[in-house]
Amino acid sequence: MSAEERISPMDSDAAAPVIGPGHTYRSVTEKISAIVLHRRTGRGWMAGFALAFFFVLVFFASIAYVLARGVGVWGINVPVAWGFAIVNFVWWIGIGHAGTLISAVLLLLHQEWRTSINRFAESMTLFAVTCAGIFPVLHLGRPWYFYWLAPYPNVMSLWPQFRSPLVWDLFAVLTYFAVSLLFWYVGLIPDLATLRDVARNRFVRVVYGVLAMGWRGSAVHWHRYHVAYVLLAGLATPLVVSVHSVVSLDFAAAQIPGWHATVFPPYFVAGAIFSGFSMVLTLAIPVRKVYGLEDFITTRHLDNMGKVLLASGCIVAYGYCLETFMTFYSGDVHEIAQANARFFGPSAWIFWSLIASNVVIPQLLWLRGIRRNARNLFLVALVINVGMWLERYVIVVLSLERSFVPSEWGSYRPTFWDVSTLLGSIGLFAALFLLFIRLLPMISAFEMRELVASRRGDLATESAEERGRVHE
Amino acid sequence: MRSASRIYGLLAEFDRPAAVLDAAQRARAQGYTRMDAYTPLPVEGLHEAVHPGRTRLPLLVLLGGAFGCAGGYFLQWYANVVAYPWNIGGRPHHSWPAFIPITFELTVLCAGLTAVLGMLALNGLPRPHHPLFNVPRFELASGTHFFLCIESSDPRFDLEETRRFLEELGAMSVTEVPELIEPTEGGAP
Amino acid sequence: MDDARLDSTAPRRTRLFGCGEGRIWRSLDELAETEEFAAFIRREFPDQAEVWQDPLSRREFLALMAASFGVAGLTGCTRAPDSEIVPYVDPPEQVVPGQALRFATAMPLSGYGRGVLVESHLGRPTKIEGNPDHPASLGATDAILQASILTLYDPDRAKEVLRRGGTSTWGQFVGEVRQSVATFRQRGGRGLRFLTETVTSPTLTRQLRSLLEILPAARWHHYEPITQDSRREASRKAFGRPVNTIYHFDRAARILSLDADFLSVGPASLRAARQFIDARRVRAPLEPPAAGQSASALSMNRLYVIESSPSITGAMADHRLAVRSERVERLAREIAARLGVPIARSETAWTPAEERWIAALVADLRAHPGESVIVPGDFQSTAVHVIAHALNERLGSTALTHVESPEPLATGQLESLSELVREMRAGEVDTLVLLGGNPVLTAPADLDFAEALSRVNLRVHHSLYYDETSFLCHWHVPDTHYLETWSDVCAFDGTVSIIQPLIAPLYGGKSPHQILDLLLDRPETDAGEALREEWRARRGGGGSFDEFWRTALRQGVVAESTLPPVSVRVDPAALEGTAPPASPAGADIEVIFRPDPAIWDGRFANNGWLQELPRPLTKLTWDNAALVSPRTARALGVENERVVDLELRGRTVRAPVWVLPGHPDGSVTLHLGYGRERAGRVGNATEKRGGFNAYRLRTSDAMASGVGLIVRPRAERYRLACTQLHQMLEGPAEDLVHVETIQQFSARAARPLEPSAEARRSMYPEVDTSRGHQWALQIDINACVGCNACVVACQAENNIPVVGKEQVLNAREMHWLRIDTYHAGDPEEQPDTYFEPVPCMHCEKAPCEFVCPVGATTHSSEGLNEMTYNRCVGTRYCSNNCPYKVRRFNFLQYSDLDTPSLQLGRNPDVTVRSRGVMEKCTYCVQRIQRARVDLEELAAARGDAASPQQQLEIHRRMDDRLAALEPACAQACPTRAITFGDLNWKTASGAVSAVKALQMQPHSYALLAELNTQPRTRYLARLVHPNPDLVDPLSWKPGGGREEHPGER
Repeated sequence: MSAEERISPMDSDAAAPVIGPGHTYRSVTEKISAIVLHRRTGRGWMAGFALAFFFVLVFFASIAYVLARGVGVWGINVPVAWGFAIVNFVWWIGIGHAGTLISAVLLLLHQEWRTSINRFAESMTLFAVTCAGIFPVLHLGRPWYFYWLAPYPNVMSLWPQFRSPLVWDLFAVLTYFAVSLLFWYVGLIPDLATLRDVARNRFVRVVYGVLAMGWRGSAVHWHRYHVAYVLLAGLATPLVVSVHSVVSLDFAAAQIPGWHATVFPPYFVAGAIFSGFSMVLTLAIPVRKVYGLEDFITTRHLDNMGKVLLASGCIVAYGYCLETFMTFYSGDVHEIAQANARFFGPSAWIFWSLIASNVVIPQLLWLRGIRRNARNLFLVALVINVGMWLERYVIVVLSLERSFVPSEWGSYRPTFWDVSTLLGSIGLFAALFLLFIRLLPMISAFEMRELVASRRGDLATESAEERGRVHE
Repeated sequence: MRSASRIYGLLAEFDRPAAVLDAAQRARAQGYTRMDAYTPLPVEGLHEAVHPGRTRLPLLVLLGGAFGCAGGYFLQWYANVVAYPWNIGGRPHHSWPAFIPITFELTVLCAGLTAVLGMLALNGLPRPHHPLFNVPRFELASGTHFFLCIESSDPRFDLEETRRFLEELGAMSVTEVPELIEPTEGGAP
Repeated sequence: MDDARLDSTAPRRTRLFGCGEGRIWRSLDELAETEEFAAFIRREFPDQAEVWQDPLSRREFLALMAASFGVAGLTGCTRAPDSEIVPYVDPPEQVVPGQALRFATAMPLSGYGRGVLVESHLGRPTKIEGNPDHPASLGATDAILQASILTLYDPDRAKEVLRRGGTSTWGQFVGEVRQSVATFRQRGGRGLRFLTETVTSPTLTRQLRSLLEILPAARWHHYEPITQDSRREASRKAFGRPVNTIYHFDRAARILSLDADFLSVGPASLRAARQFIDARRVRAPLEPPAAGQSASALSMNRLYVIESSPSITGAMADHRLAVRSERVERLAREIAARLGVPIARSETAWTPAEERWIAALVADLRAHPGESVIVPGDFQSTAVHVIAHALNERLGSTALTHVESPEPLATGQLESLSELVREMRAGEVDTLVLLGGNPVLTAPADLDFAEALSRVNLRVHHSLYYDETSFLCHWHVPDTHYLETWSDVCAFDGTVSIIQPLIAPLYGGKSPHQILDLLLDRPETDAGEALREEWRARRGGGGSFDEFWRTALRQGVVAESTLPPVSVRVDPAALEGTAPPASPAGADIEVIFRPDPAIWDGRFANNGWLQELPRPLTKLTWDNAALVSPRTARALGVENERVVDLELRGRTVRAPVWVLPGHPDGSVTLHLGYGRERAGRVGNATEKRGGFNAYRLRTSDAMASGVGLIVRPRAERYRLACTQLHQMLEGPAEDLVHVETIQQFSARAARPLEPSAEARRSMYPEVDTSRGHQWALQIDINACVGCNACVVACQAENNIPVVGKEQVLNAREMHWLRIDTYHAGDPEEQPDTYFEPVPCMHCEKAPCEFVCPVGATTHSSEGLNEMTYNRCVGTRYCSNNCPYKVRRFNFLQYSDLDTPSLQLGRNPDVTVRSRGVMEKCTYCVQRIQRARVDLEELAAARGDAASPQQQLEIHRRMDDRLAALEPACAQACPTRAITFGDLNWKTASGAVSAVKALQMQPHSYALLAELNTQPRTRYLARLVHPNPDLVDPLSWKPGGGREEHPGER
C-alpha cells in the first residue's frame, strides 16, 4: 500500500538496529499475528510439546507420590532438612526476575531494545513463578495445611507467626505473581484486540475478543493505559528487588553457618538477574531461529543481554568473594569450618563446578564474538542456568550438612523423586511456554509498531531527541 | 434501513499517526469538542487534542498503596500483639523490623491492583460492544490505520459539513458510523 | 486352629470387625487356607518398620493385615484377665482411669534379678523404672530393662504350643508329657536331661531338685553364652567354695580393672555405676549443702583400666591401657608380683610406656592399701580372677565382700554343656527339656550342638520365641514374659525378689514353674501357687504369711533375704602353676568375643528399641561389625564398611569392618547375638541388616578371646548405620565438651565457665522468669557413663517410633535424646573418650521458635520450648535453625498405627505423632503436668493451713513432690547424671533447688554459649583425676594427657 513507498532508509545509528529494515505497520502486525493465527503448528513445536508434556506427567506423578507417602521419599534428613524442593524454589524464583526487570526497569530506563523481548520475558516470569510456587507447598510435611501460613480469621483465633521469613515468602511470592500477571495481561490487551480484528475464524475472534475486553485504541484509553503501565513498572521495580531479598532472608535470618550472611539480599538479587537473563537467552535464541524473528530479536538484543549477563555475573562473583572474606574476617570457628567444608569437603566438587560455571565461563562474554554469536551465547547461557542451580544447592544443602555440632554433621543424597520433581517442573515450564508462543503474540505488536513509526519518522511533528520514544 | 438508523458519528481514516494528530488538532481548532481518535499505537499528544484534561489514576494508585501499607502493618500488629500474643523465642510481641517485608509487599500489591482495575474502570472496559465496531474498516484501527471520529452528539456536528471538513483534512476515507448493528456486518464481538 | 480357640475369639472379633459372626468365620477360614496365614500364625502382625525396609507388595500387605486382624482377634480374647493380681479386677478402687499404678517386680537376666517398678495404665504395663529398694537397681535401670517392655508386646513372640512346627495345644502337650513322665518314673529318669540358663530362682531350684529326687537318673545342666565360669572356677580354686564377690566402689580410692567392664556388664552393674560415680562427684565449696556432698570433698577416686576391647568403663578411666586380651594376665601377674604376691611372673618385654604405667600404678596402689580394689573381668581367665583375689587380699582391700553364691549349680557352664553334648552324642539322652536358652545358636561351634540334638528322641523347648533351637525340637511351649508370670529371682547378693505378673499372658505362654509342676505330676495350677507354696515352706510358721507376702510384693524384695558376708581366704596353692605361654608372634590377630551392648547374647534381637539404639562408642545400629583399631585397619588394608572374611580354627564368618579408635592393636572385637535366623521380623538377618553370627567362630577354647584369627579383606562393602559420623573433639567441637583435671578445677573454681553477664546481654527484651515454676535440666557429663539407659527410657516414655536401618542410614533416627561421643587426641594413640547426652536445650532465646511460620513451636511461661503437633505443617525450618540439631521429623509415617499389640504398650499420656510433624524433647511435659496439678492442690491446702507448722509440713510435701518430678531420662540414669527441677523453688528449709545449686557451680556451662540462646539445659564439666607420676595435672588437656611422655610417641 501507499505506506511502503514512503519508507525512510534505516537511519545510520551507531548502535545496531533493534528492528530489521523495511518493516511497516502491516508487516509487523501480520508477521506477529501470523505465528498465532495462520502459521501451521510445526512438527518441531509438536515434538517439543510432546516431550515437555511427558515431563509434566512425570511431575504430576511425583507430586502424587510425595503427597501419598510423605516428603520422606526425598533424600532430606536431619540435619539436611531442606533439599531439592527449596533449591528448585529459589532457582525458579530467580529465573522469574529477568522478565520483570526487562519489562519494568528497562521500560523506565527508556531502553527501546527491550520491546521485542519483553513479552516473552514476562511470560517466562509468570511460568517460572508458577513452578517456584509449587515447591514450598509440596515440601511441607503436611502440604494440605499450607493455607495455615495465610492470615485468615478462624475459630481458634490462630494467626501466622509474622516473624518467620517463610510467611514473608508467602506474601512476596504471591504479590510478585499477581503483579507480574497484571503487567503481562495489561501489555497483552492491545495485541489481543489486534488478533481479534485480524482473525478470520469466528470462534477465534470471539475468544480474543473476550480477552481484549473491547479495546478500541481510543486516544483517551491509550493515555490512561500508558499511565497505568508506567505506574506498574514503577511498582514492579522495587518489588522485583524485594522478592529475592525476602527469599534470601529465609537463609540470612537463620543463624546457621553459611546462611547467616548480611550480603545475601543484594547478591541474591544479582544472582536472580543473572539466572533470569540466561534463561531469557536460552529461550529467545531457539525461538528466534525457529520462527525467523531475526529482524525483531536482532544481534543487538543478544549483544545487550550478553552485557547484562556479564555485569550481573561480576556482581555475583563479587558476592562470593565478599561472603568468603567475611567468613574469615569474622574469625568465627563455625563459619570457617563451614567454608573449609565447602572448599575441600566431600561435596567440594559441587562448589567448584559452581564457580566454574558462574564465575569463570561468563568471563567469555567480554568477547564480542561470543556475545554476538547466537550459538555461543546460547551455550554460555545454558551453563549459567546450571551454575545458578548449583549455587542454590551449595547454599541450602552444603550449609546444612555442616552445622554447629559435629556429632550431627550429615550428608544429603537426592533420591529418584528429588530428580523427578526437578525435571517435572522444567517440563511444566517448557509446556506452558510452548503453549504461550502458540496461542499468544510472543512479541508486543503495538510496541513494535511504535518502533516502526519512530524509525519511519511518521511522527513528523516531533523533535529529533524524542525519536524512538514515541509514547513518552 | 441505514437512513432510518441514527448516526453515532463520522469516522475519518488516516495512514500515519502524524496525520491523525494533525487532523485532531485542526478539528479542535474548528471548535469540535466531542470526538475521539483510534490508533493502533499510542500517539503522543493525541489525547490532549481530542480530550484535554488529566487522569485521576495516579491519585487512586496512591490511595491503594496507602491502604495496603497501613492494612498490612495493622494486620501483623493486631495478630502478634493483640489477638495472639505469645513468647516466640524471647522476641518482643511488636517486632516491627520483622513486619516491614509484608507491609511493603501488601503496599505494592494493592497499588498494582488499583492501577490496573482503575485503568479499566476509567476506560469503561470491559465493553464488548461499541458502535464503532459496526464499521468494517475499523478493524484496521488495531493494526495499521489511524482513525478520527467526530461524534454526532457534538453541538457543531452536521453530517454534510463535518464530512467535508474531514475530507479536507486529507482523510483516506470518511464513513458514517451507525448506532444500530447491521446484521450482515457485525463487528466483533 | 482348634475350635475352642475360635469360639473364645467371638466377642473380640465382633469388636474388631464390628460385624456378624458368619462374616468372621468366613474370613478366618479364608485366611487359614492361605499360605500367608500358615506363616502368619507363627509371627503375628506385619511390622511397619519392616514394611518400609523391604516394602511388601500391596496384595501381600493386605493379606498380612487381614491375617493380623484375624489373629488380633485371637490374642485379643486371651488378654482377658484371669489372674487376681491384674489390678482393675480386684481391688477396683485402686484404679482411677488416667492414673497409673506402679507394681514392684524384678527382671531376671542371665539368672540374676534386678528390681523394677512397673507403671501400669488400666492393667497395661507401659513403663519400667528401677526399684530404689532393690540392691541391684537402687532406683536405676539400664537400656535392656527399659526395652524389656517392648518384648512383652512383641507381635513376633511364640503364640501357641507347637508340635513338630505344627499348631498344637497345651492340652495335647500335657497329655503327652504325663505319659512320658510315667515311663520315666519306671526308668528312674534315665535318659532324661534338663538344660536351663543360669538359675537362681529358689522356687525353680526346689522344683528341679524335687524332680531329680523322684528321677535320680535324670540330670540338670546349665549353660549361658555370656558365662561367668572364670568367676565360679576362681572362687572354687581360691576360696574352695562358690562365692560371689561384691565390690563396693564407694569405698575405693583406687580402682584397677583387669578387663572388667563393671559399669555395663554383670548383675551388679547398675549399683557399681552409682557407687563409682558417687565417689567422683565433685562440687565446689560455694555450693549450699542442699544437694549431695559435703562442701569440703574435693577428692575423687582414680580408675585404672587395662582392657582388651573398648568399653564404657574404659572411657571413664583416668588411665587406660588397651592391650590384647592375652596380655592382661601377664600384666596382672607383673603387678601382683611387684606388690609382693607370691606368683610366677611371665617374661614379657614391656614397652617404656607400659613400664612407666605399671610402675606408677603399683606405686599408687601401694600408697593406698585398704582403699584400693582390683576388679577382674568376666571375659578373663580364671588365673586373672585368682590373682585379683590375691591382690585384694594382699592390699587388704575393704572395698569388697563375699557372699555365698545363690546359684544351685556350682559346675562351670561350659563344662556342664560339654558333658551334656557328650552324652547326647553317646545316645544316652532320650529326652531333653530345654527351659529357656537357645543353645543351637549360642553353644560353642566346636560342640556342634545342633547335630548332637538330632540324636535325642524327644526334644522339648520352652522359650519366649520360636527360635533356632525351637525349630529343631519336637515340642515348643511359649514362655511367659517376666511381666506376665509369677516367679522369684535372686540379686547378685542373694536378695530375693518376687516376680509378679502385671498382665495375663498376652500370647498364652506358660511359666517354667507350670511345666515343672506338670513333670512333677502335680495338678496344673497357675504359677503363683507353686510360688506361694514354696515361700510358705521356706518361711515356716510365725507371723501372718499374707502379711509377709504382701510386703514382699509391695517392696519388691523379700525382707532379710540378703545373704550375709562370708569371710574367705585365698588358698596359696591356687597361686601356684606356671606363667602363661609367652606372647604369640605379633603377626597373628586376636579375636575378642563380647555380648552386644544392646541385644546382649542375641535374646533381644527382635526388640526394635535395642536394635536401633546407637551402641556406646561405635554408635552403630541394627548390625554388629568387626571392630579394629585404626592402626590395625591400616595394616590389614581395610576401612569402614569393608567386608572381610574372618577365619578362626578353620571356621569362617563374613563381617563388615568398623574402625574404632581406642581399640587395642592386633585384635578384632566381635559382638555376639547377631546373624539370627529365627529371631523374628525385626531381628532376622537379611541382606541389608541383622549383622553376622559371631557364635560360628566361638569355640570352647576361645569363649572370650582367641589368638590366630585370619582376616581376608573382600571386594564388597556393607553399609552400616552409624548415628554419629564425626567423633573427633577438634575444631568447632572443642568447646562442646569441657574437660579438666580436678587440680585445674580447684585452681579455677573462682572463675566460672559461664560467660559474663555482659557477654550474655541480649538485644531482646528480658522475659520475666522470676515468678512461677522455671524448669531446667542439668547434665553432669562427669557422671555420664554413656550407658544409653536414658535414651531408651525416653523412647519408652514418649512413644518414640522405631524407623528401621534404611532410615537410620539416611540420618532420620527419632531419638529425642542422643549421647554424643567424642574422642580427644590422636585416634591411633589410644584417645580419650567423652560422653555428652544432648536433649532439647529449651533455649530462652530459641532460634527454632521465631522461624516457625505457623507458631507451632512456642515458649511457655515456665521456660519450656513447646511443640504443638496439631499446628505443625512441617516446614522443618526449626530443625534447620536449631544449633544443637535436637529436633526430629516424621519424614514418613513412622509410628506403627496398625499393630494392635504395640498400641497396648504406648504411654497414654503422650501423643502418637503422625507423618509430617516435627517433634523433640519436652522435658517429659506430661510428668510436669501431673506434678503441677498435685502442687496446686498442695498450695491450696497450704493456703488454708491454720498453723505455720502445718504450712511448713505441706511445704515439705511440696518439696518431696518436686523432688519426685523427673523426666524419664533422669529417672533411668544409674549415676544420677541428670538433674531436673525448678529454678525458682525454695525448699521448706529455704535452700534453692538442686538444679539451681548445680547451675551455680563454677564448672556449669551451656553448649554454644556464644550464640546466646540461653539454654535451660546446661552441663557440668567432665573432671579427670590423672596420676601425677604419669601426667602433670595442671598442664593436662583432653587427649593430650599422653604427650609429655616421649616413651609413647
